[in-house]
Amino acid sequence: MAFSKEDMARRAAAEIPEGSIVNLGIGLPTLCADYLPEGHAYLHSENGLLGMGPFPYEGEEDPQLINAGKQTVTVLPGGSTFDSAQSFAMIRGGHVDLAILGAMQVSARGDLANWAVPGGKVMGIGGAMDLASGCRRVIALMQHATKDGEHKLVATCTYPLTATGAVSRVITELGVFDPTPDGCFRVVELAPGVELATVARLTGAPLI
Amino acid sequence: MTGRHHHKVRDSVAAALDGLESGMTVMVGGFGLCGNAEALIRGVIDRGVKDLTLVSNNAGNLGKGLATWLRADIVKKVVCSYLGTNEDLHSRMASGAIAVEVTPQGTLAERMRAAGAGIAAFFTPTGVGTVVEQGKEKRTIDGRDYLLEKALPADFALIRARTVDRFGNLRFYRTARNFSPIMATAARTTVVEADHLVEVGAIDPDDVHLSGLYVHRIVHVP
Repeated sequence: MAFSKEDMARRAAAEIPEGSIVNLGIGLPTLCADYLPEGHAYLHSENGLLGMGPFPYEGEEDPQLINAGKQTVTVLPGGSTFDSAQSFAMIRGGHVDLAILGAMQVSARGDLANWAVPGGKVMGIGGAMDLASGCRRVIALMQHATKDGEHKLVATCTYPLTATGAVSRVITELGVFDPTPDGCFRVVELAPGVELATVARLTGAPLI
Repeated sequence: MTGRHHHKVRDSVAAALDGLESGMTVMVGGFGLCGNAEALIRGVIDRGVKDLTLVSNNAGNLGKGLATWLRADIVKKVVCSYLGTNEDLHSRMASGAIAVEVTPQGTLAERMRAAGAGIAAFFTPTGVGTVVEQGKEKRTIDGRDYLLEKALPADFALIRARTVDRFGNLRFYRTARNFSPIMATAARTTVVEADHLVEVGAIDPDDVHLSGLYVHRIVHVP
């Protein structure tokens, strides 16, 4: 069975406390917004926007109102705009309660690798390192393993790091797992129909 | 004798870019193509300068915006946070034609803010334990590790604003603001491309996003 992408986004959205400030990363994390009740949380976009609304209707796009993925968005009543130094002061200063980010690898101690593939094209760092080290809580929303079955939840990251000890929870199609200081992933929840043995085979670190 | 804040409005892009020479460091506002000073970007190419160090979050995208500078071969170095799908930059970085310094976005912004605020360097937790810490001083303060990052000044900042008065007090629009106001503080000469030019007093003092103190030249590009 496992979680679908929509299930993963819904499960991650359930981690967002009412009345919190949240930054959703590019890609799958962006979908979490679809599962938040209206007015539940305030979405922060690091290019300088708080109170980000849904994507605009066709014909109502404003090229000067975008998210960090450079997609046109909307701003909700009560929203605000600010410059990049202010936006990252919010992040580094611990004013953003939660970041839900995509990941290439997460280690069992919570190290995050999500900005570069070894030997691959350098896409750049963007806001990834500031978000990972600055937000009060970081959740990784990711596929559990590569298409070839290579581990992405690992004992030690082999990809270039974004931040160390940053991730407190990992949500994949197989379930919900928490890195621990002991270097094990704690199994919080398994997706419907998923066997622990399957998770163990697809995880590169011990489970507890 | 006139000060730097006497008669800032120029009647052409060319006049507004006077003094921008080859080899200079130029900051250009924008997040991707959002908030670019498009007329000033074209004007720099028309000026015929080269060997620029370009400081910008993305250095253009999809062949547009600052990617036109890359295609015109007038840039020797780029300081940015993200290349993404900017193939013009990827190819020139791979060939060695352009040196690229990739910086975390918040560090890039704060380096500009520091330059504009008279701060020589600052300690940030961003990048600790990553490739970003290579060659930088690391210090433990109150039990947490930080990297020393230096201020980033520039010769020119080229920015765009929605509403600008003749002194340079200005307001931005939506997420077009991004790096522009901090770049304005970090540059010796700041040039603003104004969507709307208004008389002094038309913007309420409490509604000014960036004080005209940081603006040296204005060109109205309706």
